[in-house]
Amino acid sequence: MSNRIDVKKTYKLFINGSFPRSESGRTYEVKTSKGAFLANPCLASRKDLRESVVAARAAHNGWSKATAYNRGQILYRIAEMLQGRTSEFIEEIMVTTGVTKVKAEKEVLQAVDILVWYAGWSDKISSLTGSNNPVAGPFYNFTIPESMGVVAAVAPENPSLLGLVESIAPIIASGNTVIILASTKAPLSAMSFAEVLATSDLPAGVVNILTGKKDEIAPWMASHMDIDAMDISGLSTKLTAEIKVAGAENLKKVHSFKSATPHRITAFTESKTIWHTIGV
Amino acid sequence: MSFEYAPAPESRAITNIKPKYGHFIGGKFVAGSKHFPTINPATEEILSQIALAGKSEVDAAVKAARKAFNSTWSKTSGKERGKYLFRIARILQERAREFAVLETLDNGKPIRESRDTDIPLAAAHFFYHAGWADKLEYAGLGSSPKPLGVAGQIIPWNFPLLMLAWKVAPALATGNTVVLKPAESTSLTALLFAEVCQQAELPAGVVNIVTGDGSTGALIVNHPGIDKIAFTGSTEVGKIIARSVAPTKKSVTLELGGKGANIVFEDAAIDETVEGIIDGIFFNQGHVCCAGSRLLLQENVAEEVLHKLKNRMEKIRVGDPLDKNTDVGAINSKEQLAKIVELAKVGDSEGGQRWSPACDLPKKGYWFAPTIFTGVTSAHRIAREEIFGPVLSVLTFRTPQEAIEKANNTPFGLSAGIWGEKGSKTLWAAQQLRAGVIWTNSFNKFDPTSPFGGYKESGWGREGGRHGLAAYLKGVSNE
Repeated sequence: MSNRIDVKKTYKLFINGSFPRSESGRTYEVKTSKGAFLANPCLASRKDLRESVVAARAAHNGWSKATAYNRGQILYRIAEMLQGRTSEFIEEIMVTTGVTKVKAEKEVLQAVDILVWYAGWSDKISSLTGSNNPVAGPFYNFTIPESMGVVAAVAPENPSLLGLVESIAPIIASGNTVIILASTKAPLSAMSFAEVLATSDLPAGVVNILTGKKDEIAPWMASHMDIDAMDISGLSTKLTAEIKVAGAENLKKVHSFKSATPHRITAFTESKTIWHTIGV
Repeated sequence: MSFEYAPAPESRAITNIKPKYGHFIGGKFVAGSKHFPTINPATEEILSQIALAGKSEVDAAVKAARKAFNSTWSKTSGKERGKYLFRIARILQERAREFAVLETLDNGKPIRESRDTDIPLAAAHFFYHAGWADKLEYAGLGSSPKPLGVAGQIIPWNFPLLMLAWKVAPALATGNTVVLKPAESTSLTALLFAEVCQQAELPAGVVNIVTGDGSTGALIVNHPGIDKIAFTGSTEVGKIIARSVAPTKKSVTLELGGKGANIVFEDAAIDETVEGIIDGIFFNQGHVCCAGSRLLLQENVAEEVLHKLKNRMEKIRVGDPLDKNTDVGAINSKEQLAKIVELAKVGDSEGGQRWSPACDLPKKGYWFAPTIFTGVTSAHRIAREEIFGPVLSVLTFRTPQEAIEKANNTPFGLSAGIWGEKGSKTLWAAQQLRAGVIWTNSFNKFDPTSPFGGYKESGWGREGGRHGLAAYLKGVSNE
């Protein structure tokens, strides 16, 4: 055994493509499943959320106007980057949650596969959920799905990586941008996933990841007037009503899901119908 | 020389308005306990007494709807459900003139619009959805689509029968039963529709109609026996409903307010555009959630468009809604008139320049002359708030990018119009606009096959088309 001291990672937030500390200066302690100290990730504040929303809003126009082919390739690129770092993620999941290597590996590979699955959806969802409407008049009338805008998400506590990826991928596949709050107890794989995102040609601000307390941050997400929708799959159902009441202030679309389906994409799209006049 | 139109009033003899109405519950008309008057807004004549449903009536309606859902409707095949809807569509067509006259009497809208738009579209909505009833598994909304149960539906006064059709037709086609409340100032065509349900031999309790005001609406929204709320009305009430149902498992769709931008590019065909501007804001007295109430003119054509628009406005005929030559009818209620008057005053005080053509408004009834405000900026209240009346706010822009920025600068996102002769530019603009319904070189067109609904604070979900079915099916509705 060598006497070498390991170089440990400082876990920070991921906002607008950068890795800042929380503006609040707050951190909290994350321990192994056996109770040993692991890291001091950031305890994100309301202001960190607000800055993430500014970044996500600024990124939305470009990302939503990128071609579906381009978005699909970037989602696939994220899968490639995650696949390449599988062992690191297995280690992080094992150490934070105490699961076996087999289970941790399964979670990481599922996360890779989910990214590939949604990568393929990006240029198909319009064909399936759009329509050409035979109106009784001289109009070429069609309906297309479009991204809603800025979505705030709360990732489930467990599985911490897979749950996070299952939330992010469908939200961004259609052109939304997202602010996601990672698992509180097991946030390390989420912040390493931010490194994957940062090396996948994903434009800055499309995905922003915060670590912290759900009951502190989620209500601020719900009342933020520049957030269009929420995925609260990872939030205790005890908070659902409170979140929906606060979200009603700007009529946020609030959803929660149990599995990965194409409905996770369509839930965060709006249908736009265009009447194009026909005539000479 | 001047040409005058001779009066051409539609006869009201075809209608048979009862002095007093009850509710339609479990397939029967039941007497109400309290009543309030419904008036003709063009004359202030009291047309009838409408029942105000309280807790016991709403309970009875929900119970009847649940019973019909469990015992009959959920066991009726799609094919047979569809046939009932086809019957309703046909009866609406057969009695179209009666419905049109009644709608105009109770609502104040011109007979030309109730006759040519509201009633035919209502029939078309039933005809369209009738065909869906036995094809739901092919709609791409799940392999085994299931109804939600009992739908509580609350509709507005601007298109009374048409909004009923938008709500009832998809609900029934997908196998739900309904408790519907028309707006307090326009209940008559909904009550006549109850007769249509009887003539169509629709099983008792599939459609229940309770009349009343906001208090009745709140009883429906908060009723534990209801699975789904569908509401069309103001964004303000939409938010109250969203909060009320937050702790429940009810599905909700909301069709709310708007402040639609109508963008005129420099290459637009100006005469056509002027007609479109008129249709956009003065159709139905401007009582249209998707009205083109913000006119955005490219600076170099603004003067010409305004000149022609004012000329055209001089020719608008405001007056007796039953007259076949009337273009703009009465404001629906005293309350709505007060709101329009107040917001127009705000327009004056914030520095907008008001202009209306000279027109003789009738002495009785509720009237507001077609009005435009120029010199409006995005910060003015008349550019931000829904007036829901015949008042147009005019803004200008220099570049297409600026037009889009101004058009999207609103918490609403229901509709928009684009006028221009270059196809690639109008499609570009349609792509940039954050709104659910966009008309290029037209405005205020509706069709049952065409999904309708808004982005942002204009609502949740769509009505019409394949998309509208999702609002009434399990697993795909807005939860």
